[in-house]
Amino acid sequence: MKAWYLIPLALFIAMLGFLGAGLKLDPREVPSPLIDKPVPVFRLQTLDTPSRLLSSEDMRGQVWLLNVWASWCGGCREEHPTLVEFAKTRVVPIVGLDYKDQPDDARRWLDDLGNPYVTSVSDPDGRTGIEFGVYGVPETFVIDKAGIIRHKQIGPITPDILRDTILPLVKKLNAA
Amino acid sequence: MLLRHLIPLLLAVTLQPAFAKEAVPVAADPVAEARLMHLSSELRCLVCQNQTIADSNAELAVDLRNEIREKIQTGMSDAEIKDFMVARYGDFVLYRPPVKNTTLVLWVGPFLLLAVGGGILVFNLRRRRKQAAEPELSRDEQSMAESLLHTDSTKETT
Repeated sequence: MKAWYLIPLALFIAMLGFLGAGLKLDPREVPSPLIDKPVPVFRLQTLDTPSRLLSSEDMRGQVWLLNVWASWCGGCREEHPTLVEFAKTRVVPIVGLDYKDQPDDARRWLDDLGNPYVTSVSDPDGRTGIEFGVYGVPETFVIDKAGIIRHKQIGPITPDILRDTILPLVKKLNAA
Repeated sequence: MLLRHLIPLLLAVTLQPAFAKEAVPVAADPVAEARLMHLSSELRCLVCQNQTIADSNAELAVDLRNEIREKIQTGMSDAEIKDFMVARYGDFVLYRPPVKNTTLVLWVGPFLLLAVGGGILVFNLRRRRKQAAEPELSRDEQSMAESLLHTDSTKETT
């Protein structure tokens, strides 16, 4: 009968447990329904030569990253050195999706900070961004040889994320 | 008088944008605009997560409102538009989450808690009633008490 008095304490501890776990969750990270779905089809002007178009189909047959960025985006500036360093290893091609940006600003940004992208395509009105379910830049998608999205990174890529999540996945997909 | 000329003009303007890339941002077609308001008030803005697309002025919300407006103009139903949004942003975009295995606790949880709370209340009330009823005297105790009281009172009167 004495044990009854322990119930509120047990409930309190359980509640603490839930709250503690909640602290570690980032509400900004919404799981994408696009994982394991085909990459949305796009056909957009490339940033360096607008007369040339790049389509999502052109990337088929290889594992690639799609990095959504913009010159006005702070998080992109944060992750940019990591991407530039990573691009030097030539492990996987990175395509940039320049989201709701002025092409001039974007080109200047790449000139100043370095260009990690094999190509960047322009999405000035953000329509392609909507197709990808983009809600905050930067976002990065890992896409396999068959054009299936395998992973979405929301927010800046850090060296840790690159080493622990993205690289192992790229290696696995390349081996498949 | 002016209105009479204005309405056909507005209609002429609003019927066009199905072909245009940008949706008209003015409330030109009241029916479509009402549908847009209703739909966007049920969809979450992912940038400022506690606002609907209707409330938010975040750029993404503006873009999504334009997207929805265009979809309304191309004749898509509300359900189709919601499916379009869910396919890209997930169930999270819906302010009213669908009943699924993963959301079952969310929907049923409060009722379960209510049932448990009600159960505990009923249990306690019954126990309390039993306790209150218990200290009744048996027949022997009753007569004993009466005789004691009686002798006491007779003693005192004498």
